[in-house]
Amino acid sequence: MVPMPQQNLQITAVAPDPALLDLPWDVPLAEWPDDVLAALPQGISRHVVRFVSHGGRVLAIKEIGETVAYREYELLRQLHRIEVPSVVPVGVITGRRAPDGERLEAVLLTEHLQFSLPYRALFSQDLRPDTATRLIDALAVLLVRLHLVGFYWGDVSLSNTLFRRDAETFAAYLVDAETGDMHRTLTNGQRNYDVDLARTNIIGELMDLSAGELLDEAVDEVAIGDALVERYQELWNALTGSEAFDSDDRWRVAARIERLNDLGFDVGELEITTDIDGTKVRIQPKVVDAGHHSRRLLRLTGLDVQENQARRMLNDLDSYRAATDRQNDQEQIVAHAWVRQVFRPTIDAVPRELRRKLEPAQLFHEILDHRWYISQQAQRDIPLPEAAESYVERVLRHRPDEDAVLGLAPGEADPADLE
Amino acid sequence: MATVTFDHATRVYPGTERPAVDQLNLEIEDGEFLVLVGPSGCGKSTSLRMLAGLEDVNGGHIFIGDRDVTDVQPKDRDIAMVFQNYALYPHMSVADNMGFALKIAGTPKAEIRQRVEEAAKILDLVEYLDRKPKALSGGQRQRVAMGRAIVRQPQVFLMDEPLSNLDAKLRVQTRTQIASLQRRLGVTTVYVTHDQTEALTMGDRIAVLNHGVLQQVGTPREMYDRPNNVFVAGFIGSPAMNIGTFDVKDGKVQVGSAEVPLERSIASEISDADGGKVTLGFRPEALDPVAVGTAGSFDVEVNLVEELGSDAFVYGTLKGDTDVNLTAGETNQLIVRIDPRNVPDKGDVIAVAIQAGHSHVFSATTGERLG
Repeated sequence: MVPMPQQNLQITAVAPDPALLDLPWDVPLAEWPDDVLAALPQGISRHVVRFVSHGGRVLAIKEIGETVAYREYELLRQLHRIEVPSVVPVGVITGRRAPDGERLEAVLLTEHLQFSLPYRALFSQDLRPDTATRLIDALAVLLVRLHLVGFYWGDVSLSNTLFRRDAETFAAYLVDAETGDMHRTLTNGQRNYDVDLARTNIIGELMDLSAGELLDEAVDEVAIGDALVERYQELWNALTGSEAFDSDDRWRVAARIERLNDLGFDVGELEITTDIDGTKVRIQPKVVDAGHHSRRLLRLTGLDVQENQARRMLNDLDSYRAATDRQNDQEQIVAHAWVRQVFRPTIDAVPRELRRKLEPAQLFHEILDHRWYISQQAQRDIPLPEAAESYVERVLRHRPDEDAVLGLAPGEADPADLE
Repeated sequence: MATVTFDHATRVYPGTERPAVDQLNLEIEDGEFLVLVGPSGCGKSTSLRMLAGLEDVNGGHIFIGDRDVTDVQPKDRDIAMVFQNYALYPHMSVADNMGFALKIAGTPKAEIRQRVEEAAKILDLVEYLDRKPKALSGGQRQRVAMGRAIVRQPQVFLMDEPLSNLDAKLRVQTRTQIASLQRRLGVTTVYVTHDQTEALTMGDRIAVLNHGVLQQVGTPREMYDRPNNVFVAGFIGSPAMNIGTFDVKDGKVQVGSAEVPLERSIASEISDADGGKVTLGFRPEALDPVAVGTAGSFDVEVNLVEELGSDAFVYGTLKGDTDVNLTAGETNQLIVRIDPRNVPDKGDVIAVAIQAGHSHVFSATTGERLG
């Protein structure tokens, strides 16, 4: 008798969790039983992907060739280290074998991004006419950020991106780095190719939604694809373009920095050159970092939130400062008072069981929005606690949970199968 | 359809001294399937990306047909990167999955349908055109992805390790399909792989690169039979060629107890710098087992026998020559192909002789082929 070949599993991970070994690695991912799975993904993928609940978090598991798995794992780690919005890699498992000895593909594990939404869920949910535009804006920002750090994506698409609510907009996260490459700097050819492929993929994905009657007929898929190219170019030029002016107009240096701050970027390094007689000045940002507002809020309050949520909270902090007449106090001290007296009580006013529906910062943003709305109706300034109560009853209770929007429940039939 | 020409094409990454691709000169014929192959970091992918417009060309030129595309943007080069995007859209029919890029480009509906049908015929997908991708097998899905590139009718197909993320079974299947399909379509194709077996089985010609420098270009047969230098000799072929540097005495190479005579023309090319040595290569299948003590044979002590059914290979140690540095690919053992029905045991000593005319002689200093 030839002994049955054993699995010789190898886990590569930053903090390997022995409990991971309990998952049925000797079974091809596509055949994992429903009771192990958290959900079935509904996105478009060229590989088998499944979600499992594990140790209080949701993991995405992708079956993929061994070398490609290690490569993607390293790339995701790199992106995570330099704080580019992307999914967090958990590890790679190799050496899988079925009981009959057949080798099974390696898997890449990533942590599911809490409160993130796949684009398909956004289109089938509360489809506001400008949802598509806001998604495209978010993707353009992500692509610019990736290109700024020298990352060539190679397969930009809505499917390879997850979205998180960010005040009235979205923040985009890279999910799939399989085709990506890190370079010192990107050539124009690489950037243009990425942008062109993004356009083609986005239009294709929207055409697919439209074929599945999930998209409003009025939506012009090609126009949305074109919008990405336009938004990307605008942002790239604003961030990296050089401008020249008379040396008397030196205020334009400060104006440029302010403009970049408004776009949510900090200027890490600005190159200023003058011509020989000193009459012309040329400036060009060399290093820009995204997250101007979220960094500022983090510094002031310790709260780590999305860029536009931070912008919104900073505005509210400013009004609080004015209202309490503390403009001359140290900003950090006022910020702590604001967290204690405004932010926390507002979030705490939301019943615990409803908090899974949205992230705290997003809840706060929506309550502020709601306050504005009901104040308009009532023709008076509604205090925040009252607005929070009204928001919970009139809005939040009727919204779906967004803690983990994954796809189909195990056992649930894919609507596409019914056609 | 078109030729592709690399004319002294060079890529130097900012901040590095050695070019990633150094003065590449390569002419690819119209309709040819050319494989760029070499170890990781050899410059093969960089060369392909230079052709695609994804890497700047810091010196020299690249032509597609007669057109100098050195500074042309990727999307204006009339090339297709095959398999870049092969996620299929579940709600669209197979035909729409293949033709959607044409729709975006504003191609008239009737023409899209015609081009899609033509491609489907070649790809054996005609009966699936109006079905959803769900109905397709893994291999058929791969073909739809190829169909996306075919309907665009580009001048050149580019493929960068397209099989690397497929499982082993699908890899072999797709390899054959790509090769036969390329021949039917006759579209000039440049294909990158690190796998020399893939290169040998797919390419009309193979270009081997190492450290950014083109080592040799030729048909699979030429590369196998007449490698230009030690690198190509060691890289092409599986299992790899046995290569070692040996003393030459009286026009004969001293391999263990064997004396392998050198042709006069080859012996005359040995320079003073070579110090009376040559590098000799002989493939595992160029060794004949003979009776121990036969003139012209050398002894090999068996360390391991690898049995593969149709073939068997001995991994062993050359007896009587302890200071010679002999390698075969990754291993520093000597490999001999033997009759799978008559295999020796571990620890046995067998005698083998190199078949006449089947040794490769290289300069011990430059590694270039002699003769």
